[in-house]
Amino acid sequence: MESPQLHIEPSKSTNDQLLEVKGLKTYFHIGKGKIAKAVDDVSFAIKKGETVALVGESGSGKSITSLSIMRLIPSPPGEIVEGSISLEGRDLLSLSEDDMTKVRGNEIGMIFQEPMTSLDPVFTIGNQIVESLMKHQKLKKKEAYEKAVDLLKIVGFARAEKIIKEYPHQLSGGMRQRVMIAIAMSNNPKLLIADEPTTALDVTVQAQILNLMIDMKEQFGSSILLITHDMGVVAETADRVLVMYGGQIVEEAPVRDLFLKTKHPYTTALLRTIPNIDVDLKRLESIPGNVPPAHLFPKGCRFAARCTHAMAKCLEEIPRLLEIENNHKVRCHLYASEGGAVE
Amino acid sequence: MSEREKILEIKHLKTYFPIKGTLFKGKAGLVKAVDDISFDVFKGETLGIVGESGSGKSTLGRTILRLTEPTDGEIIFEGNHLEHLGNRQLQNHRQHMQMVFQDPFASLNPRMRVEQLVGEPIAVQKILSKAERTKKVESLIEKVGLPKEALAKFPHEFSGGQRQRIGIARALSMNPKFIIADEPVSALDVSVQSQVLNLMLDLQEEFNLTYLFISHDLSVVKHISDRVGVMYLGRIVEIGPKHDIYNNPLHPYTQALLSAIPVVNFEKKREKIELSGEPPSPSDPPTGCAFHTRCPKAFDRCKVERPELIHIEIGQQVACHLYSQEDNKKFSNAESKVLELTKLN
Repeated sequence: MESPQLHIEPSKSTNDQLLEVKGLKTYFHIGKGKIAKAVDDVSFAIKKGETVALVGESGSGKSITSLSIMRLIPSPPGEIVEGSISLEGRDLLSLSEDDMTKVRGNEIGMIFQEPMTSLDPVFTIGNQIVESLMKHQKLKKKEAYEKAVDLLKIVGFARAEKIIKEYPHQLSGGMRQRVMIAIAMSNNPKLLIADEPTTALDVTVQAQILNLMIDMKEQFGSSILLITHDMGVVAETADRVLVMYGGQIVEEAPVRDLFLKTKHPYTTALLRTIPNIDVDLKRLESIPGNVPPAHLFPKGCRFAARCTHAMAKCLEEIPRLLEIENNHKVRCHLYASEGGAVE
Repeated sequence: MSEREKILEIKHLKTYFPIKGTLFKGKAGLVKAVDDISFDVFKGETLGIVGESGSGKSTLGRTILRLTEPTDGEIIFEGNHLEHLGNRQLQNHRQHMQMVFQDPFASLNPRMRVEQLVGEPIAVQKILSKAERTKKVESLIEKVGLPKEALAKFPHEFSGGQRQRIGIARALSMNPKFIIADEPVSALDVSVQSQVLNLMLDLQEEFNLTYLFISHDLSVVKHISDRVGVMYLGRIVEIGPKHDIYNNPLHPYTQALLSAIPVVNFEKKREKIELSGEPPSPSDPPTGCAFHTRCPKAFDRCKVERPELIHIEIGQQVACHLYSQEDNKKFSNAESKVLELTKLN
């Protein structure tokens, strides 16, 4: 293993993959010997400058996947039991806790759904940005303060000098999320992980925040892992999409292909359940039943019990994630070469 | 406009909350959560109310049921004024008006079994015997698509969607005519959300229910509503038939709101109207039209005079000075705005 490089110069690596996750399994020991397989054999990669959306319903494992990348899984009860996560070829899982702390914030920035809980209520906005800059970029306090003002201006605060002295509770949800973006981008991260960044916000503010994220990405050349359940947001912002169900990726495709050439029965059903502002429907389709809890996954395909195409094989055997068209992968026996013809 | 029977009339409804003065700021103010709202709800229809957080849509719903006391105005349900009724008289009317809440995790008592939860409103009204009550509860649980075994369970044993079904069964237990649903599907996953929306549509048909459906989600509101009202800072800025509102929004706020929704559409890129800033605080609303601080089409009059809801031909009603051209002449820069508008249409 090469020694970790912890500066923020752009890497000269020829490989254009920024992040590679291979065979990741994150399990939770939930007592009485039961194991919740929250993330179960997840592999994907993110290229430099790419926006990848990770979609799924609650309990699908999308947030645990992002927390695993940051190594923020509470342990116990959680544990990364298998797999590798590498950032520009460097194995994150074998870094010391100190080195990992430097990766977080420096190379990987993070934005969460509820900015109120991720900002410290007893410190001013300025303190929190200055702290991050001093810690990660080794700036002097005065330099850090000046940079903090600049950052706040970049994320759209006209009166940054005033905002910097305020406390989180004095700001609205959208303003707090801007501050979170300023903090996340303050160290020019290579990867920005945004976990439901606009879910708690109003639509008009959501549009502002998404635009800001895309501007930031272009300005800083970062990649984005966007975790969301909103298919409209996915269609408008992502380059590629990963669909998760039951702790596994069930479909992976470039954004247009995912919506226009949907393969997996779950993705198909999911897209049909969403009311579309452009389409009038008398009734929405719905998926019968519920997502199985992570400690009670069935033996075979995890969607089989709710799938209208389920065959005997689906109850017996977990399908593998196979690339069936250019960059389009699907985990479904309907598309397996042997047996199980389509419909 | 229409010959349909009105089930609810709201006239000049106001709900103000006092802000307590603090130690250092002696001056107390008012939050005008609902500020002079009037509209009708017709029998059997679904009126959707959309607005962003702080627009007053939840307070409006609560005030109609008098869970929050109105400051002024009239609430007329089936011809009866509710705004001044005492508790006992109110109870008689309230059984016809029920509420379904957003958070099915918080609105069900965790110590009660489903049978008690659904049967409680019936027990309070003391109209059915115990045996009749049990039978009624069983049929309600079946109607909302839950198995009979559910009756003996506690709320925590159910998923979010199932809990919302229990909430709906509870609301239905009084054979209501009118249901106010405040963000009933916002806490649910999309696949479950559609199940609950479909259930609400089925029940509406079966029991001839009228809904006031409050939500921030414009796609959901479009799906379920017949008419839609758009709220901004305590007022209705536009209201009318769903297709007029969605296909031909008149108010600049409605236009911006609709354009901001992220959509799955790779054929035509929607033009987004980006609003600057955030909704102002309801405790300190701007003068004139409350939207003028963010409105891309605002002109002088908007800063000083509050627009009233006016009818535009047969479609929707809108509260915007752009549409009362006669009065605009005395404002210097109004003419160009009106021209701009005619070009747009």
